[in-house]
Amino acid sequence: MGTNAGTVGVLALQGDVVEHLAALKESGVQAVPVKSKEDLGRVDGLIIPGGESTTVMKLLDRFELAEPVIARTREGMPLWGTCMGMIVVARDVTGTQQPTLGLMDISVRRNAFGRQNESAEVSLPIPVLGGKNFPAVFIRAPWVERAGRAVEVLAERDGRAVMVRQENMLATSFHPELSGDRRVHEYFMRMVSDALVGKRRKIA
Amino acid sequence: MAETGTITVKRGLAQMLKGGVIMDVVTPEHAVIAQEAGAVAVMALERIPADIRAAGGVARMSNLELVQSIMDAVTIPVMAKCRIGHFAEAQALQQLGVDFIDESEVLTPADEQYHVDKTPFTTPFVCGARNLGEAMRRINEGAAMIRSKGEAGSGNIVEAVRHMRAITESIKELAEAKDLKAYAREMRVPLKLVKEVAEAGKLPVVLFCAGGISTPADASLMMQLGAEGNFVGSGIFKSNNPRAFAKAIVDATTHFADPKVIVEASLSLGKDSRAMEGLDLRKVPESELLAPRGN
Repeated sequence: MGTNAGTVGVLALQGDVVEHLAALKESGVQAVPVKSKEDLGRVDGLIIPGGESTTVMKLLDRFELAEPVIARTREGMPLWGTCMGMIVVARDVTGTQQPTLGLMDISVRRNAFGRQNESAEVSLPIPVLGGKNFPAVFIRAPWVERAGRAVEVLAERDGRAVMVRQENMLATSFHPELSGDRRVHEYFMRMVSDALVGKRRKIA
Repeated sequence: MAETGTITVKRGLAQMLKGGVIMDVVTPEHAVIAQEAGAVAVMALERIPADIRAAGGVARMSNLELVQSIMDAVTIPVMAKCRIGHFAEAQALQQLGVDFIDESEVLTPADEQYHVDKTPFTTPFVCGARNLGEAMRRINEGAAMIRSKGEAGSGNIVEAVRHMRAITESIKELAEAKDLKAYAREMRVPLKLVKEVAEAGKLPVVLFCAGGISTPADASLMMQLGAEGNFVGSGIFKSNNPRAFAKAIVDATTHFADPKVIVEASLSLGKDSRAMEGLDLRKVPESELLAPRGN
Protein backbone atom coordinates (compact mmCIF):
# COMPACT_ATOMS: atom_id res chain seq x y z
CA MET A 1 0.00 0.00 0.00
CA GLY A 2 1.36 3.43 -0.88
CA THR A 3 0.94 6.83 0.69
CA ASN A 4 -2.71 6.91 -0.42
CA ALA A 5 -3.43 4.36 2.29
CA GLY A 6 -3.06 7.10 4.90
CA THR A 7 -1.53 7.07 8.35
CA VAL A 8 -2.83 4.75 11.04
CA GLY A 9 -2.38 5.63 14.72
CA VAL A 10 -2.21 3.26 17.67
CA LEU A 11 -3.43 4.66 20.99
CA ALA A 12 -0.26 4.52 23.10
CA LEU A 13 -1.37 5.10 26.69
CA GLN A 14 -0.86 1.48 27.78
CA GLY A 15 -0.92 -2.01 26.28
CA ASP A 16 0.52 -3.87 23.30
CA VAL A 17 1.11 -0.80 21.16
CA VAL A 18 4.41 -1.91 19.61
CA GLU A 19 2.88 -5.16 18.32
CA HIS A 20 0.19 -3.24 16.38
CA LEU A 21 2.72 -0.75 15.02
CA ALA A 22 4.92 -3.63 13.81
CA ALA A 23 1.96 -5.40 12.17
CA LEU A 24 0.99 -2.21 10.31
CA LYS A 25 4.53 -1.47 9.19
CA GLU A 26 4.90 -5.05 7.97
CA SER A 27 1.95 -4.38 5.68
CA GLY A 28 3.66 -1.23 4.37
CA VAL A 29 1.43 1.28 6.16
CA GLN A 30 2.52 4.48 7.89
CA ALA A 31 1.96 3.80 11.58
CA VAL A 32 2.44 6.13 14.54
CA PRO A 33 1.81 5.98 18.29
CA VAL A 34 -0.90 8.37 19.56
CA LYS A 35 -0.32 9.85 23.02
CA SER A 36 -1.88 13.31 22.65
CA LYS A 37 -4.57 15.35 20.86
CA GLU A 38 -1.89 16.62 18.50
CA ASP A 39 -0.90 13.06 17.56
CA LEU A 40 -4.56 12.18 17.00
CA GLY A 41 -4.92 15.09 14.58
CA ARG A 42 -2.30 13.57 12.30
CA VAL A 43 -3.88 10.13 11.74
CA ASP A 44 -6.54 8.85 9.31
CA GLY A 45 -7.52 5.85 11.42
CA LEU A 46 -7.00 4.72 15.02
CA ILE A 47 -6.43 1.37 16.69
CA ILE A 48 -7.11 0.96 20.41
CA PRO A 49 -4.84 -1.96 21.33
CA GLY A 50 -4.97 -4.67 23.98
CA GLY A 51 -4.35 -3.63 27.57
CA GLU A 52 -6.36 -2.92 30.71
CA SER A 53 -9.63 -1.12 30.02
CA THR A 54 -10.03 0.43 33.49
CA THR A 55 -6.49 1.85 33.24
CA VAL A 56 -6.87 3.23 29.73
CA MET A 57 -10.30 4.80 30.34
CA LYS A 58 -8.81 6.71 33.28
CA LEU A 59 -5.82 7.81 31.20
CA LEU A 60 -8.06 8.86 28.28
CA ASP A 61 -9.91 11.14 30.70
CA ARG A 62 -6.86 12.40 32.62
CA PHE A 63 -5.00 13.30 29.45
CA GLU A 64 -8.08 14.74 27.69
CA LEU A 65 -8.18 12.31 24.79
CA ALA A 66 -11.66 10.80 25.25
CA GLU A 67 -13.59 13.70 23.70
CA PRO A 68 -11.30 14.13 20.67
CA VAL A 69 -11.43 10.36 19.91
CA ILE A 70 -15.24 10.45 20.12
CA ALA A 71 -15.41 13.55 17.89
CA ARG A 72 -13.05 12.18 15.21
CA THR A 73 -14.89 8.84 15.12
CA ARG A 74 -18.29 10.55 14.76
CA GLU A 75 -16.81 12.48 11.80
CA GLY A 76 -16.06 9.13 10.16
CA MET A 77 -12.48 8.29 11.18
CA PRO A 78 -12.10 4.47 11.09
CA LEU A 79 -11.61 3.04 14.58
CA TRP A 80 -10.66 -0.51 15.58
CA GLY A 81 -10.57 -1.83 19.13
CA THR A 82 -8.85 -5.11 20.00
CA CYS A 83 -9.85 -6.83 23.26
CA MET A 84 -9.50 -3.90 25.69
CA GLY A 85 -10.25 -1.70 22.67
CA MET A 86 -13.58 -3.48 22.18
CA ILE A 87 -14.50 -2.67 25.79
CA VAL A 88 -13.41 0.96 25.45
CA VAL A 89 -15.52 1.58 22.31
CA ALA A 90 -18.63 -0.26 23.60
CA ARG A 91 -21.82 1.44 24.76
CA ASP A 92 -21.61 -0.34 28.12
CA VAL A 93 -20.06 -3.19 30.07
CA THR A 94 -22.56 -5.80 31.27
CA GLY A 95 -22.93 -6.01 35.04
CA THR A 96 -20.72 -2.99 35.82
CA GLN A 97 -20.83 0.79 35.87
CA GLN A 98 -17.45 0.93 34.14
CA PRO A 99 -17.24 4.03 31.93
CA THR A 100 -16.59 3.59 28.18
CA LEU A 101 -16.47 5.85 25.12
CA GLY A 102 -19.93 4.56 24.16
CA LEU A 103 -19.27 4.71 20.41
CA MET A 104 -20.48 1.30 19.19
CA ASP A 105 -23.97 0.01 19.84
CA ILE A 106 -22.75 -3.09 21.68
CA SER A 107 -22.76 -4.31 25.28
CA VAL A 108 -19.72 -6.35 26.17
CA ARG A 109 -18.97 -8.77 28.98
CA ARG A 110 -15.46 -8.51 30.38
CA ASN A 111 -13.29 -11.60 30.92
CA ALA A 112 -16.25 -13.45 29.43
CA PHE A 113 -14.27 -16.54 28.43
CA GLY A 114 -12.66 -16.66 31.90
CA ARG A 115 -9.49 -15.59 33.69
CA GLN A 116 -5.97 -16.14 32.33
CA ASN A 117 -6.05 -19.95 32.63
CA GLU A 118 -8.86 -19.92 30.03
CA SER A 119 -6.94 -17.66 27.62
CA ALA A 120 -6.57 -19.62 24.38
CA GLU A 121 -5.63 -19.84 20.73
CA VAL A 122 -8.63 -20.66 18.55
CA SER A 123 -8.89 -21.41 14.84
CA LEU A 124 -11.74 -19.05 13.91
CA PRO A 125 -13.81 -18.93 10.72
CA ILE A 126 -14.17 -15.29 9.56
CA PRO A 127 -16.08 -15.32 6.23
CA VAL A 128 -15.17 -11.70 5.28
CA LEU A 129 -11.49 -12.69 5.33
CA GLY A 130 -11.94 -15.64 2.95
CA GLY A 131 -12.15 -19.39 3.39
CA LYS A 132 -9.10 -19.99 5.57
CA ASN A 133 -9.65 -19.88 9.35
CA PHE A 134 -7.96 -17.12 11.34
CA PRO A 135 -5.57 -17.96 14.21
CA ALA A 136 -7.30 -15.94 16.94
CA VAL A 137 -5.52 -15.28 20.26
CA PHE A 138 -7.96 -14.68 23.13
CA ILE A 139 -6.49 -13.28 26.38
CA ARG A 140 -8.91 -12.71 29.26
CA ALA A 141 -11.15 -11.79 26.39
CA PRO A 142 -14.57 -10.10 26.33
CA TRP A 143 -17.48 -11.11 24.10
CA VAL A 144 -20.34 -9.09 22.67
CA GLU A 145 -23.36 -9.73 24.85
CA ARG A 146 -25.76 -7.55 22.81
CA ALA A 147 -25.35 -6.01 19.38
CA GLY A 148 -27.62 -3.22 18.08
CA ARG A 149 -29.35 -3.31 14.69
CA ALA A 150 -26.63 -1.30 12.94
CA VAL A 151 -23.98 -3.78 14.07
CA GLU A 152 -22.84 -6.57 11.77
CA VAL A 153 -21.44 -9.73 13.41
CA LEU A 154 -18.36 -10.84 11.41
CA ALA A 155 -17.23 -13.78 13.56
CA GLU A 156 -18.46 -15.92 16.42
CA ARG A 157 -16.80 -18.28 18.88
CA ASP A 158 -19.07 -20.84 20.59
CA GLY A 159 -22.07 -18.81 19.45
CA ARG A 160 -20.74 -15.56 20.93
CA ALA A 161 -19.96 -12.54 18.73
CA VAL A 162 -16.22 -11.83 18.84
CA MET A 163 -15.76 -9.62 15.75
CA VAL A 164 -18.25 -6.88 14.92
CA ARG A 165 -18.49 -3.87 12.64
CA GLN A 166 -20.69 -0.80 12.71
CA GLU A 167 -19.98 1.53 9.78
CA ASN A 168 -16.49 3.04 10.40
CA MET A 169 -15.97 1.06 13.63
CA LEU A 170 -14.52 -2.43 14.05
CA ALA A 171 -14.03 -4.45 17.24
CA THR A 172 -12.41 -7.83 17.90
CA SER A 173 -12.32 -9.79 21.17
CA PHE A 174 -9.04 -11.35 20.08
CA HIS A 175 -5.55 -10.06 19.22
CA PRO A 176 -4.68 -10.21 15.48
CA GLU A 177 -1.46 -8.32 16.35
CA LEU A 178 -0.20 -11.42 18.22
CA SER A 179 -0.57 -13.94 15.39
CA GLY A 180 1.46 -13.71 12.20
CA ASP A 181 -1.72 -13.47 10.09
CA ARG A 182 -2.24 -9.88 8.89
CA ARG A 183 -5.68 -10.24 7.30
CA VAL A 184 -7.60 -8.31 9.97
CA HIS A 185 -5.05 -5.47 9.81
CA GLU A 186 -5.45 -5.45 6.02
CA TYR A 187 -9.24 -5.43 6.41
CA PHE A 188 -8.97 -2.38 8.70
CA MET A 189 -6.55 -0.66 6.32
CA ARG A 190 -9.13 -1.02 3.56
CA MET A 191 -11.63 0.71 5.87
CA VAL A 192 -9.09 3.52 6.27
CA SER A 193 -8.35 3.89 2.55
CA ASP A 194 -12.07 3.71 1.69
CA ALA A 195 -12.76 6.49 4.18
CA LEU A 196 -10.00 8.60 2.60
CA VAL A 197 -11.44 8.07 -0.89
CA GLY A 198 -14.88 9.08 0.39
CA LYS A 199 -13.41 12.21 1.99
CA ARG A 200 -11.58 13.19 -1.20
CA ARG A 201 -14.79 12.72 -3.22
CA LYS A 202 -16.64 15.00 -0.82
CA ILE A 203 -13.96 17.69 -1.21
CA ALA A 204 -13.94 17.29 -5.02
CA MET B 1 -10.75 -26.21 19.44
CA ALA B 2 -9.36 -23.87 22.07
CA GLU B 3 -5.72 -24.34 23.05
CA THR B 4 -4.97 -22.93 26.51
CA GLY B 5 -1.61 -22.32 28.21
CA THR B 6 0.36 -21.80 24.98
CA ILE B 7 3.52 -19.69 24.94
CA THR B 8 1.61 -17.08 22.91
CA VAL B 9 -1.19 -16.64 25.45
CA LYS B 10 1.19 -16.77 28.43
CA ARG B 11 3.58 -14.17 27.01
CA GLY B 12 0.57 -12.36 25.55
CA LEU B 13 -0.90 -11.38 28.92
CA ALA B 14 2.42 -9.74 29.84
CA GLN B 15 2.29 -7.84 26.54
CA MET B 16 -1.12 -6.46 27.55
CA LEU B 17 0.38 -5.07 30.79
CA LYS B 18 3.06 -3.02 29.03
CA GLY B 19 3.29 0.65 29.84
CA GLY B 20 1.48 0.01 33.09
CA VAL B 21 2.06 -0.24 36.84
CA ILE B 22 1.55 -3.43 38.87
CA MET B 23 0.98 -2.67 42.54
CA ASP B 24 1.55 -4.77 45.68
CA VAL B 25 -1.60 -4.92 47.81
CA VAL B 26 -2.33 -6.68 51.10
CA THR B 27 -6.12 -6.22 51.37
CA PRO B 28 -9.11 -6.08 48.99
CA GLU B 29 -9.41 -2.39 49.93
CA HIS B 30 -5.85 -1.73 48.76
CA ALA B 31 -6.63 -3.59 45.55
CA VAL B 32 -9.58 -1.31 44.85
CA ILE B 33 -7.43 1.79 45.51
CA ALA B 34 -4.83 0.42 43.08
CA GLN B 35 -7.45 -0.29 40.39
CA GLU B 36 -8.98 3.17 40.89
CA ALA B 37 -5.57 4.75 40.44
CA GLY B 38 -5.12 2.96 37.11
CA ALA B 39 -2.98 -0.07 38.02
CA VAL B 40 -2.89 -2.70 35.23
CA ALA B 41 -2.66 -5.55 37.74
CA VAL B 42 -2.18 -6.14 41.46
CA MET B 43 0.15 -8.45 43.36
CA ALA B 44 -1.76 -10.05 46.23
CA LEU B 45 0.42 -10.35 49.34
CA GLU B 46 0.08 -10.87 53.09
CA ARG B 47 2.76 -8.27 53.76
CA ILE B 48 4.47 -5.77 51.50
CA PRO B 49 8.22 -6.29 51.04
CA ALA B 50 9.25 -3.51 53.47
CA ASP B 51 7.29 -5.29 56.22
CA ILE B 52 8.58 -8.74 55.20
CA ARG B 53 12.08 -7.28 55.51
CA ALA B 54 11.31 -5.81 58.94
CA ALA B 55 9.63 -8.96 60.24
CA GLY B 56 12.37 -11.41 59.23
CA GLY B 57 11.69 -15.13 59.63
CA VAL B 58 10.31 -17.27 56.83
CA ALA B 59 8.10 -15.61 54.22
CA ARG B 60 5.78 -18.03 52.38
CA MET B 61 3.01 -17.93 49.76
CA SER B 62 0.16 -15.72 51.00
CA ASN B 63 -2.95 -17.00 52.69
CA LEU B 64 -5.12 -18.25 49.82
CA GLU B 65 -8.34 -16.88 51.28
CA LEU B 66 -6.76 -13.43 51.18
CA VAL B 67 -5.67 -13.95 47.56
CA GLN B 68 -9.19 -15.10 46.66
CA SER B 69 -10.77 -12.07 48.34
CA ILE B 70 -8.49 -9.79 46.30
CA MET B 71 -9.43 -11.67 43.09
CA ASP B 72 -13.08 -11.08 43.96
CA ALA B 73 -12.54 -7.37 44.64
CA VAL B 74 -11.11 -6.23 41.29
CA THR B 75 -11.52 -6.87 37.55
CA ILE B 76 -7.84 -6.34 36.63
CA PRO B 77 -5.45 -9.33 36.63
CA VAL B 78 -4.28 -10.62 40.02
CA MET B 79 -0.76 -11.96 40.57
CA ALA B 80 0.53 -13.87 43.59
CA LYS B 81 3.97 -14.99 44.74
CA CYS B 82 5.36 -18.44 45.35
CA ARG B 83 8.74 -19.24 46.88
CA ILE B 84 11.63 -19.94 44.52
CA GLY B 85 11.49 -23.63 43.56
CA HIS B 86 8.26 -24.28 45.49
CA PHE B 87 6.28 -25.86 42.67
CA ALA B 88 3.54 -27.06 45.03
CA GLU B 89 2.76 -23.46 46.03
CA ALA B 90 2.71 -22.63 42.30
CA GLN B 91 0.32 -25.53 41.62
CA ALA B 92 -1.98 -24.24 44.37
CA LEU B 93 -1.95 -20.72 42.92
CA GLN B 94 -2.73 -22.06 39.45
CA GLN B 95 -5.59 -24.15 40.86
CA LEU B 96 -6.95 -21.08 42.66
CA GLY B 97 -6.95 -19.27 39.29
CA VAL B 98 -4.59 -16.33 39.76
CA ASP B 99 -3.64 -14.72 36.44
CA PHE B 100 0.14 -14.65 36.96
CA ILE B 101 2.55 -16.33 39.40
CA ASP B 102 5.62 -14.45 40.61
CA GLU B 103 8.37 -16.90 41.60
CA SER B 104 9.89 -14.36 43.92
CA GLU B 105 13.11 -13.77 45.82
CA VAL B 106 11.05 -11.61 48.22
CA LEU B 107 9.81 -14.84 49.81
CA THR B 108 12.22 -17.24 51.49
CA PRO B 109 13.55 -19.65 48.83
CA ALA B 110 12.36 -23.26 49.10
CA ASP B 111 14.97 -24.76 46.78
CA GLU B 112 18.55 -23.52 46.66
CA GLN B 113 19.34 -25.41 43.46
CA TYR B 114 16.29 -25.37 41.19
CA HIS B 115 13.62 -22.90 40.18
CA VAL B 116 10.13 -24.15 39.31
CA ASP B 117 9.90 -25.82 35.88
CA LYS B 118 7.37 -23.33 34.56
CA THR B 119 6.78 -24.87 31.13
CA PRO B 120 4.00 -27.34 32.07
CA PHE B 121 1.94 -24.65 33.85
CA THR B 122 -1.08 -23.04 32.18
CA THR B 123 -0.67 -19.94 34.36
CA PRO B 124 2.15 -17.64 33.21
CA PHE B 125 5.11 -16.86 35.48
CA VAL B 126 7.13 -13.70 36.08
CA CYS B 127 10.61 -14.03 37.55
CA GLY B 128 13.24 -11.59 38.80
CA ALA B 129 16.69 -11.13 37.27
CA ARG B 130 19.81 -9.14 38.14
CA ASN B 131 21.50 -9.72 34.82
CA LEU B 132 20.95 -11.21 31.38
CA GLY B 133 22.12 -14.68 32.45
CA GLU B 134 19.47 -14.88 35.18
CA ALA B 135 16.83 -13.53 32.78
CA MET B 136 17.71 -16.09 30.10
CA ARG B 137 17.75 -19.00 32.56
CA ARG B 138 14.31 -18.05 33.81
CA ILE B 139 12.97 -17.73 30.24
CA ASN B 140 14.47 -21.10 29.41
CA GLU B 141 12.59 -22.55 32.42
CA GLY B 142 9.38 -21.11 30.97
CA ALA B 143 9.01 -17.62 32.46
CA ALA B 144 6.60 -15.50 30.37
CA MET B 145 7.80 -12.20 31.80
CA ILE B 146 10.96 -10.87 33.47
CA ARG B 147 11.34 -8.12 36.04
CA SER B 148 14.64 -6.65 37.08
CA LYS B 149 14.99 -7.53 40.76
CA GLY B 150 16.14 -4.30 42.34
CA GLU B 151 16.07 -4.52 46.12
CA ALA B 152 12.46 -4.99 47.22
CA GLY B 153 11.18 -2.98 50.16
CA SER B 154 14.24 -0.73 50.22
CA GLY B 155 12.81 2.48 48.75
CA ASN B 156 16.21 2.81 47.09
CA ILE B 157 16.34 2.80 43.29
CA VAL B 158 20.07 2.08 43.00
CA GLU B 159 19.80 -1.71 42.65
CA ALA B 160 16.94 -1.45 40.12
CA VAL B 161 19.14 0.82 37.99
CA ARG B 162 22.11 -1.54 38.32
CA HIS B 163 20.06 -4.57 37.27
CA MET B 164 18.21 -2.86 34.41
CA ARG B 165 21.47 -1.49 33.01
CA ALA B 166 23.14 -4.89 33.36
CA ILE B 167 20.37 -6.55 31.36
CA THR B 168 20.08 -3.95 28.59
CA GLU B 169 23.84 -3.49 28.20
CA SER B 170 24.42 -7.24 27.95
CA ILE B 171 21.75 -7.48 25.26
CA LYS B 172 23.61 -4.79 23.26
CA GLU B 173 26.86 -6.65 23.79
CA LEU B 174 25.23 -9.86 22.58
CA ALA B 175 23.99 -8.20 19.41
CA GLU B 176 27.59 -7.38 18.48
CA ALA B 177 29.21 -10.57 19.76
CA LYS B 178 30.95 -12.98 17.40
CA ASP B 179 31.05 -16.11 19.56
CA LEU B 180 27.50 -16.64 20.82
CA LYS B 181 28.37 -20.19 21.88
CA ALA B 182 30.63 -18.81 24.60
CA TYR B 183 27.74 -16.71 25.93
CA ALA B 184 25.40 -19.71 25.86
CA ARG B 185 27.92 -21.71 27.88
CA GLU B 186 28.52 -18.93 30.35
CA MET B 187 24.81 -18.25 30.82
CA ARG B 188 23.95 -21.97 30.86
CA VAL B 189 21.17 -21.66 28.29
CA PRO B 190 20.60 -23.13 24.80
CA LEU B 191 22.38 -21.38 21.92
CA LYS B 192 19.01 -21.00 20.17
CA LEU B 193 17.76 -18.63 22.90
CA VAL B 194 20.99 -16.60 22.84
CA LYS B 195 20.72 -16.24 19.06
CA GLU B 196 17.09 -15.17 19.34
CA VAL B 197 17.97 -12.39 21.81
CA ALA B 198 21.04 -11.32 19.80
CA GLU B 199 19.01 -11.03 16.60
CA ALA B 200 16.00 -9.27 18.12
CA GLY B 201 18.09 -6.98 20.32
CA LYS B 202 15.60 -7.62 23.12
CA LEU B 203 14.26 -10.38 25.34
CA PRO B 204 11.55 -12.60 23.79
CA VAL B 205 9.34 -11.71 26.78
CA VAL B 206 8.24 -8.44 28.35
CA LEU B 207 10.74 -6.78 30.75
CA PHE B 208 9.43 -4.79 33.72
CA CYS B 209 11.32 -3.07 36.54
CA ALA B 210 10.84 -3.91 40.22
CA GLY B 211 12.41 -3.20 43.58
CA GLY B 212 12.86 0.35 44.79
CA ILE B 213 10.49 2.65 42.89
CA SER B 214 9.02 5.22 45.31
CA THR B 215 8.36 8.41 43.31
CA PRO B 216 7.00 9.47 39.89
CA ALA B 217 10.54 10.39 38.83
CA ASP B 218 11.79 6.90 39.79
CA ALA B 219 9.09 5.41 37.54
CA SER B 220 10.12 7.66 34.65
CA LEU B 221 13.81 6.87 35.17
CA MET B 222 13.28 3.12 34.90
CA MET B 223 11.11 3.43 31.79
CA GLN B 224 13.77 5.59 30.16
CA LEU B 225 16.37 2.95 31.04
CA GLY B 226 14.43 0.33 29.11
CA ALA B 227 11.68 -1.04 31.39
CA GLU B 228 8.42 -1.77 29.59
CA GLY B 229 6.43 -1.18 32.78
CA ASN B 230 6.87 -0.98 36.56
CA PHE B 231 6.15 -3.05 39.64
CA VAL B 232 5.68 -0.85 42.69
CA GLY B 233 5.37 -2.42 46.09
CA SER B 234 6.22 -0.63 49.27
CA GLY B 235 6.56 2.67 47.37
CA ILE B 236 2.79 3.16 47.35
CA PHE B 237 1.42 1.71 50.56
CA LYS B 238 4.41 2.81 52.67
CA SER B 239 4.01 6.43 51.54
CA ASN B 240 1.79 8.71 53.61
CA ASN B 241 -0.74 9.11 50.79
CA PRO B 242 -1.17 5.83 48.83
CA ARG B 243 -4.00 7.10 46.58
CA ALA B 244 -1.99 10.10 45.41
CA PHE B 245 1.28 8.18 44.98
CA ALA B 246 -0.47 5.38 43.08
CA LYS B 247 -2.05 7.78 40.58
CA ALA B 248 1.09 9.91 40.20
CA ILE B 249 3.27 6.85 39.52
CA VAL B 250 0.77 5.60 36.90
CA ASP B 251 0.81 8.99 35.14
CA ALA B 252 4.62 9.13 35.23
CA THR B 253 4.88 5.61 33.78
CA THR B 254 2.48 6.46 30.92
CA HIS B 255 4.22 9.71 29.97
CA PHE B 256 7.70 8.77 31.17
CA ALA B 257 9.46 10.76 28.46
CA ASP B 258 7.56 13.99 29.15
CA PRO B 259 9.09 15.96 32.07
CA LYS B 260 6.01 18.22 32.10
CA VAL B 261 3.85 15.26 33.15
CA ILE B 262 6.44 14.18 35.75
CA VAL B 263 6.24 17.67 37.29
CA GLU B 264 2.43 17.65 37.27
CA ALA B 265 2.38 14.14 38.78
CA SER B 266 4.87 15.19 41.47
CA LEU B 267 2.95 18.39 42.27
CA SER B 268 -0.30 16.42 42.51
CA LEU B 269 1.13 14.71 45.61
CA GLY B 270 0.77 17.95 47.61
CA LYS B 271 3.23 19.57 49.97
CA ASP B 272 2.56 17.23 52.89
CA SER B 273 3.22 14.06 50.93
CA ARG B 274 6.16 11.94 51.96
CA ALA B 275 7.54 9.05 49.97
CA MET B 276 8.44 5.90 51.93
CA GLU B 277 11.58 5.93 54.06
CA GLY B 278 14.51 4.51 52.13
CA LEU B 279 17.38 2.24 53.17
CA ASP B 280 21.06 2.91 52.54
CA LEU B 281 21.85 -0.50 51.09
CA ARG B 282 25.57 -0.13 51.87
CA LYS B 283 24.59 -0.42 55.53
CA VAL B 284 22.44 -3.52 55.07
CA PRO B 285 24.30 -6.76 55.83
CA GLU B 286 24.68 -8.97 52.78
CA SER B 287 22.75 -11.80 54.43
CA GLU B 288 19.67 -9.51 54.53
CA LEU B 289 19.69 -8.62 50.82
CA LEU B 290 16.91 -10.24 48.77
CA ALA B 291 18.21 -9.86 45.21
CA PRO B 292 21.03 -12.47 45.42
CA ARG B 293 18.46 -15.21 46.12
CA GLY B 294 17.89 -17.57 43.18
CA ASN B 295 20.51 -16.80 40.55
